Amino acid sequence: MAMAWVWTLMVVLSLVFGICTGRTEAVGTAALQGAEAAVELCFSMAGVICLWTGVMEIMSRCGLTEKLARCFRPLLRRLLPRASGDTETLAAVSANLSANLLGLGNAATPLGIRAARRMARGTEGIASDELCRLVVLNTASIQLLPTTVAGVRAACGCASPFDILPAVWLSSVLSVTAGLLMARLLGRLWRT
Amino acid sequence: MEFSSLLVPGLLAVTAVYALGRKVDVYGALTAGAGEGLRITVRILPALVGLLAAVYMFRASGAMDWFARLLSPALNALGIPPETAALMLVRPVSGSGALAVGSDLIKTCGPDSYLGRVAAVMLGSTETTFYTIAVYFGAAGITRTRYTVPAALTADLAGFAAAAFSVRLFFGS
Repeated sequence: MAMAWVWTLMVVLSLVFGICTGRTEAVGTAALQGAEAAVELCFSMAGVICLWTGVMEIMSRCGLTEKLARCFRPLLRRLLPRASGDTETLAAVSANLSANLLGLGNAATPLGIRAARRMARGTEGIASDELCRLVVLNTASIQLLPTTVAGVRAACGCASPFDILPAVWLSSVLSVTAGLLMARLLGRLWRT
Repeated sequence: MEFSSLLVPGLLAVTAVYALGRKVDVYGALTAGAGEGLRITVRILPALVGLLAAVYMFRASGAMDWFARLLSPALNALGIPPETAALMLVRPVSGSGALAVGSDLIKTCGPDSYLGRVAAVMLGSTETTFYTIAVYFGAAGITRTRYTVPAALTADLAGFAAAAFSVRLFFGS
């Protein structure tokens, strides 16, 4: 529903601004151009996206996801000490993290939800500190290969769409760190 | 030779050899995964049509410039280019909306320009925060989310500032 408001607001504001600046004609043409550009963009980035989702599928079928998941367990024991006491939650969270890293969003969400449901048991609808931390971890992107963005860049004629990777990794790490630090700080102030 | 020029062919070859060594039907997995990719593309097409139409209107009417100018003092203080204001506002709310605004920036500024790169890094290093929070807490039956929203939005804001900073660091501006 939020998007219904955003879309309507954008269109109405465009009309109001268009009338004020006397560019109503340009606004009308722009709407049609935008729709056309969307189809062009989708078609030109489809190839890159398909290729990489294919590679990700190979990775998950040869057990790379599980291997990654095992690497995360020591880290998760420190980040979510109480939840890690339960082996099944720990397995779900680490699989959730490794699916996120590989960009398998469709696989990551059900795994994360399974972990969240187990962590929420007996809390009467109040999020525990560890559950907040898990959700913050999932709202920050930690994808190793941002394939959709690479697809967009390739569609715009970029010769090496993956050259932004070091910058993406650095900002992902900084973003996750800031989120977790803020969660820790607020967790101290915000007693239930 | 740059690291990124090795990445694509290297990753394809290493994955294929490793998977074949573990007796995975590499080609079958590749085509099955590519089919999933096509479904993803088709699924975002309708949203992209609606949103890019609105984004183009918004830009043509001069509203985008006005909002960018309004927010620019605060953004400049964080080192974030004000042209990305619209992208930052949409990013936590809608994934396809952010893709529409971001790809418009990448296209108009050029994928290898400073702004084009910042937009790409912003898209790649943040998530659709509110959607994720709604899905997780909805499924877990949590009604009191406490400080999750402010903490997650801090992560987003830090990601945006870090995107502008890291593109300057790796590519210059």
